[in-house]
Amino acid sequence: MSAPPLVVVEGLARRFDVSRPWLARLLTREPRRFLQAVAGVDFAIPRGTTMALVGESGCGKSTVARMLVGLLRPSAGRILFDGTPLDPNAGRKALAPVRRRMQMIFQDPYASLDPRWRVEAIVAEPLDAFGLVASRAERRERVSELLRAVGLSPADGRKYPHEFSGGQRQRISIARALASRPDFLVCDEPTSALDVSVQAQILNLMQELQEQLGLTYLLISHNLAVVSVMADQVGVMYLGRIVELAPAAELFERPRHPYTRLLLDTVPDLEMRRRERAPVAGEVPSPIDPPPGCAFHPRCPWANGRCRAERPELQPVGPARVACHAVEEGRLAA
Amino acid sequence: MALLEVEDLVVEFPTRHGRLVAVDGVSFSIEPGEVLGLVGESGTGKSLTGMAIIGLLEPPGRIARGSIRLEGQRIDDLPPEAMRRIRGRKIGAIFQDPLTALNPLLTIGRQLEETIRTHLELDARAARARAIELLREVGIPAPEQRIDAYPHELSGGMRQRVVIALALAAEPALVVADEPTTALDVSIQAQIVQLLKRLCREHRTAVLLVTHDMGMIAETADRVAVLYAGRLVELGPVEAVIRRPRHPYTQGLMGAIPRIGRRKGRLVQIEGAMPRLDAIPPGCAFHPRCPRAVDRCRRERPDFVGVGPAHRAACWRVEVEAVS
Repeated sequence: MSAPPLVVVEGLARRFDVSRPWLARLLTREPRRFLQAVAGVDFAIPRGTTMALVGESGCGKSTVARMLVGLLRPSAGRILFDGTPLDPNAGRKALAPVRRRMQMIFQDPYASLDPRWRVEAIVAEPLDAFGLVASRAERRERVSELLRAVGLSPADGRKYPHEFSGGQRQRISIARALASRPDFLVCDEPTSALDVSVQAQILNLMQELQEQLGLTYLLISHNLAVVSVMADQVGVMYLGRIVELAPAAELFERPRHPYTRLLLDTVPDLEMRRRERAPVAGEVPSPIDPPPGCAFHPRCPWANGRCRAERPELQPVGPARVACHAVEEGRLAA
Repeated sequence: MALLEVEDLVVEFPTRHGRLVAVDGVSFSIEPGEVLGLVGESGTGKSLTGMAIIGLLEPPGRIARGSIRLEGQRIDDLPPEAMRRIRGRKIGAIFQDPLTALNPLLTIGRQLEETIRTHLELDARAARARAIELLREVGIPAPEQRIDAYPHELSGGMRQRVVIALALAAEPALVVADEPTTALDVSIQAQIVQLLKRLCREHRTAVLLVTHDMGMIAETADRVAVLYAGRLVELGPVEAVIRRPRHPYTQGLMGAIPRIGRRKGRLVQIEGAMPRLDAIPPGCAFHPRCPRAVDRCRRERPDFVGVGPAHRAACWRVEVEAVS
């Protein structure tokens, strides 16, 4: 690896104040309460590759995504983009050159497109916002080019979002995201609202665009099968932390963390081997009062006294990095 | 005798611009204790088929043709009151969102006891004991205490367990489960699927499992029926349909599903989109997207023909292959 990674995240954390109102706290003598959505996350995404963050609801994967594109301010840690740290206190103007280079695609293509805007206005918004086109003719030209790039026709620009199906709307979102010629796209569950046949179309389109334009992706998903066809590198998140970080092929071939194994075990078997699965007990605990030690210990069949008391850090194991005492001590074969 | 027989079912919506046919001539049957998966993408009419069976089609949607028989008796033309008695007693229902299926103002115990006493001859104490037993059976920890909880006090997975307990309360012969795990996290989904499978096996309850998720079908169903644009395109034993799908739509659908174990790369892609109800193509509804379509497919609607043991598909091209 000669070129430095495009995106580097160091000790990124975010907590939310979920206290009751001041007066209620005073009357009930309740302390302030915080939800630690992301509790110190590190990773780096090499240029032109796809990094995926997977985990169940509440694991903090979407919070990481929103911090990366600047929709949320980190409580701690920093983000380096193309070697330069992003200063959360810098003004809108100062950040604009970097923001132009990173865009986001959201889960719900029904909510992320303004129903009162024509498609051409939606796609052209980043062009106007960053002042990227000089004339109306150039603007029109660029919008047509973008619509063609995502498999729509330039004539579709005159229509409104409601005239399109879910898959076509997601194509419009992608066209809008590409308008400012970004290097980096954050895709938050881009296909989980879509049918499988439409999902295949969108995932294929994302791969084609990545190859053509040299894009770097951060893919947020709860679907391991989607991640396996898209990602080069995977981070598995549980209650605000990455518990396993590995090259995709390695992670799917040799999952090491007990939570990664659990997630992989829940993927339905389309090869019809009819294996009986060990039923997975328990649910994700509340991030307001996470369990002490390893947050996964209440659901983990390999947990012991150390796991209940001491939080494991990510340790290198082969090409992967795993936060698990059982793996580290060799109690659980890696 | 089959437990449920659906014969040439047509569900339509009258509109100002004419009738929209959402379910078009669907026929299948379910044997006692069998799990039949009804699979398709959004707007294929799979949920409407389920709703027609439990008698909860919302007007102006209506059954325009065909019949539904439960244990040999027609149930599609029953008056609402008679149908209400069958629903719950003979057919249980599980829907996608457990929050809307439960009454937020009543404890889960009240709801269970009410359902039990509506359908079974039990006094209040026996009903409560039965409710606790049901909650234990669906895996709710400390059911003696949880029985007095309100739905909002339970997690999504626990709520769906309560909904399953409600559906099974009167020991129905058939459960219609419409996307029972779609609203849940993946690790909870697996738990609920296992639970549903175990309970139905133990009680010999038949299940019509309505879902978009082929993975869930593969794990749960005995047979599978594939719908496209309101029509049945393939029906057969689950292993045969998943391992060797015969209809080009089912083949495309199976290829489009991402799987672990294949490396990063492209998925099989079905070009285009499912037609809207007001623009269903003539002949085979799939022909504009079908790589194997010929002239006949554009003109004539294909018959549902046998392609293997208990395996049928509605495709002109599959018939040609079988002969040659």
